[in-house]
Amino acid sequence: MIISELMGHSSLWIYVRDMKEIDKKENKKDKTAPGEEKNQFVREVAHKKYEYGFSSNVQTEIIGCGLNEDVVRLISAKKEEPEWMLDFRLRAFRYWQTQEQPSWAHLRMPEIDYQAISYYADPTKGNKKGGPSSLDEIDPELMKTFDKLGIPLEERLALSGTAVDAVMDSVSVKTTFKEKLSERGIIFCSISEAVREYPDLVRQYLGSVVPYRDNYFAALNSAVFSDGSFVYIPKGVRCPMELSTYFRINARNTGQFERTLIVCDDDGYVSYLEGCTAPMRDENQLHAAIVEIVVNANAEVKYSTVQNWYPGDAEGRGGVLNLVTKRGHLRGANSKLSWTQVETGSAITWKYPSCILGGDNSQAEFYSVAVTNNYQQADTGTKMIHLGRNTKSTIISKGISAGKSQNSYRGLVRVSPKAEGARNYSSCDSLLLGNECGAHTFPYMDVHNHTAIVEHEATTSKISEEQLFYCSQRGIPAEEAVGLIVNGYAKDVINKLPMEFAVEAQKLLNVSLEGTVG
Amino acid sequence: MNSERQYKEIFTECREMIDSHSAAVLNMLREKAFEDFSRLGFPTQKVERYKYTDVASAFKPDYGLNLNRLDFSVDPYEAFRCDVPNLSTSLYFIINDAFCQKVLPPVTLPEGVIVCSLKQAAEEYPEKVSSYYGQLAHTEEDAVSALNTMFVQDGLFIYIPRNVVVERTIQVVNILRSNVDLMVNRRVLIIIEENAQARLLFCDHAADDHHFLSTQVAEVFIGENACLELYELEETHVKNSRFSNLYVDLQRYSMLRHFNVTLHNGLTRNRTDVTLSGEGAEANLYGCVTTDKQQRVDNNTLIDHRAEYCRSNQLYKYVLDDEAVGAFAGRILVREGAQHTVSEERNANLCSAGGAHMYSQPMLEIYADDVKCSHGSTVGQMNEQALFYMQQRGISREEAHMLLKFAFAGEVIDAIGLEALRDRLHYLVEKRFRGELSRCSGCKLCK
Repeated sequence: MIISELMGHSSLWIYVRDMKEIDKKENKKDKTAPGEEKNQFVREVAHKKYEYGFSSNVQTEIIGCGLNEDVVRLISAKKEEPEWMLDFRLRAFRYWQTQEQPSWAHLRMPEIDYQAISYYADPTKGNKKGGPSSLDEIDPELMKTFDKLGIPLEERLALSGTAVDAVMDSVSVKTTFKEKLSERGIIFCSISEAVREYPDLVRQYLGSVVPYRDNYFAALNSAVFSDGSFVYIPKGVRCPMELSTYFRINARNTGQFERTLIVCDDDGYVSYLEGCTAPMRDENQLHAAIVEIVVNANAEVKYSTVQNWYPGDAEGRGGVLNLVTKRGHLRGANSKLSWTQVETGSAITWKYPSCILGGDNSQAEFYSVAVTNNYQQADTGTKMIHLGRNTKSTIISKGISAGKSQNSYRGLVRVSPKAEGARNYSSCDSLLLGNECGAHTFPYMDVHNHTAIVEHEATTSKISEEQLFYCSQRGIPAEEAVGLIVNGYAKDVINKLPMEFAVEAQKLLNVSLEGTVG
Repeated sequence: MNSERQYKEIFTECREMIDSHSAAVLNMLREKAFEDFSRLGFPTQKVERYKYTDVASAFKPDYGLNLNRLDFSVDPYEAFRCDVPNLSTSLYFIINDAFCQKVLPPVTLPEGVIVCSLKQAAEEYPEKVSSYYGQLAHTEEDAVSALNTMFVQDGLFIYIPRNVVVERTIQVVNILRSNVDLMVNRRVLIIIEENAQARLLFCDHAADDHHFLSTQVAEVFIGENACLELYELEETHVKNSRFSNLYVDLQRYSMLRHFNVTLHNGLTRNRTDVTLSGEGAEANLYGCVTTDKQQRVDNNTLIDHRAEYCRSNQLYKYVLDDEAVGAFAGRILVREGAQHTVSEERNANLCSAGGAHMYSQPMLEIYADDVKCSHGSTVGQMNEQALFYMQQRGISREEAHMLLKFAFAGEVIDAIGLEALRDRLHYLVEKRFRGELSRCSGCKLCK
């Protein structure tokens, strides 16, 4: 069943690269047109930019739509997985069948027909059976796709010094720098490969942080996950380069269910980046992922995400439903985990990267910028579960909503009875651009130990007229001024991103908010 | 037997008795309330607004219901001797849910002002009562309000006509009095017309050492440019469970100042819904909770900004000792078009002992862009440095603890406009922190 799939249209990524062009055109227009028309123009440009760009024929093997035990078995068979893995999937699938989709989030979710989605699409199968072993074996069209996305898989990466695992649809296409990393004992490969090559490690940690019974989407993912990345940092090793995974949904009517597992052993360190894009489609695409992180004693993990899934068009058609479970378990003493996320894409985001602070003196951080525009909806935040003594957590969340979007922060800080001396500081700010959008804050604080100090503060307001006036006095057009102010507002978070990501994130913020003032 | 069933059975069996001892206006809504209650059942802790209180188990015990309206022989002056010194008030008593007619001291109220039993008001002024009764307390969304509407037979009615300023504080003392475990369903209807002003003080006391379960649903309508100060003070005992739902509607440029002080209690659940439906309205909500032992207090507020230029401000402070459990959930909802809203919410909590638990949940839900909204919440304990500073200066650690707690709660108490009440509360709170029984020396239990 080989289906030739025409690649969609350009991603937002390309769109970012052409910012200069937009600016030029916009400035020209600025002088002639009043605010409303200018907005119209920017919207047109934005719209056009999605159609712009590349199209590529990638031979993709897609299994038929629908979900049942046979599909789960088929995925497992295609991955040549051992028996225990299939058992895990089947248990998850049976549990998923007994559950109902949660509705507590502040989201208006379209009904998802789980039988209308294909759960496995493999763009590498057009070429040769089995995964590609060298770059030459990868479909050149596929390579071009990643090149166009700004993710060159070879030389340029050697210069920037980042190891990349590229995942398209359901399959990991290529992992770079594997050999160099393995010299230090670091394992960085696709999870399917890890299941085959390092079954003991995977078996020990898979599902130990996010069990399949955790929630509805976690159960679904556990049943049908197709690929993702696996990272193992051995004792006492500092990973010499940033590790990174790029996810892309390409094929039509497919869901992406990736699974990432990061294990950082005692005294280890790793910084991990994640980027996501999807082509423009009229229908919603489902993305239900799981990220599990295990941090042992004195180890440190940094996890950064720039999420730029297709957000749907200005009328709210299409876009990715991003339903993700991310959790880190700080098992050892003095361990550290930091989540940094910039969320600009997805029609719907349902995502709460969490930390279980189990080890004494462990520290967790959560930095987030969530931008929503048009009809996007985001319900995102974090959970900090303090279990060990003298644990510390920080939450900085910045929400920006524009257009007709809804942006919610939802967070839980829980101090268990034995967590002596726990400390938490949370700050959630929301910025409103436009009078039809919404910004909401739902923090929960459960404190069961009297030695804990928990603080939370939140503010919601619009961009200050004074700041805008100051900028326009100095000849900065309104749109640019908003960009400046928003970037300044999000600086606390963006500063936490690795440098290459920070630049992209800043540009993304500007692009996502285009057309919001006039 | 599940908790709901006993109430449904009593209602069906005693419907005639309930109706015959009440007024037609009150009877009108019973059927719908019963349907709503049957549909809703008691909220589980999965229901967002009841997350921190187990309603079903509070209503589970077999309480007596005084549906036949038997008179409880009580001399309110005997039961209540802890009035506020230096505060001259127009004093009224409610024994359980019955307005005490007999022992009224001679009170002269400004012309047109009505303070009387709700049943009496419903009979004498049916149009007035029926146009307000049940308008804010929607039974379809809250099972406690539905249950109260099903069983309520009497309560309090306060009416301040337009342009009338009531200088003297109206004090209403609710006394719980019974020889058996008792459930009380009390209803309060307060109408403040345009340009009127009033100050109300509600004190809750339990005079007997029995288990009490009281539900109180209060509906307050504040007209244009009107102003209401409402003080609620709870000083009951550990066997008392209180479920209070207060609904307030504010018209243009009106103002509400609401103080809710819980000094001593068993289980308390206060729901406060304030709707700012007219432009420029202002609501200030203050709460002060001092609990110890295994007491539980759950304050749940909703400020619904529906109009432009409204302001709201909330300050809730909890001091939790021993194994007390506190919960605060405050939701600020700014609806579409409610531009120029300014809203602030602050919740500060002091857990001063090992077993104390605090749940805090400040929420903002905003659909308008030209607003300034903020909330802050803290949970912590005494500042060690401050304690050390005081000990250096010869103040014992216990005394230093006391002083800090006192100063912490003082922020709310100092916001009280009535000087005499402020002094009284300072005194009661201090007494409470010193480990003495917080109740007055006059009550039966304090002797």
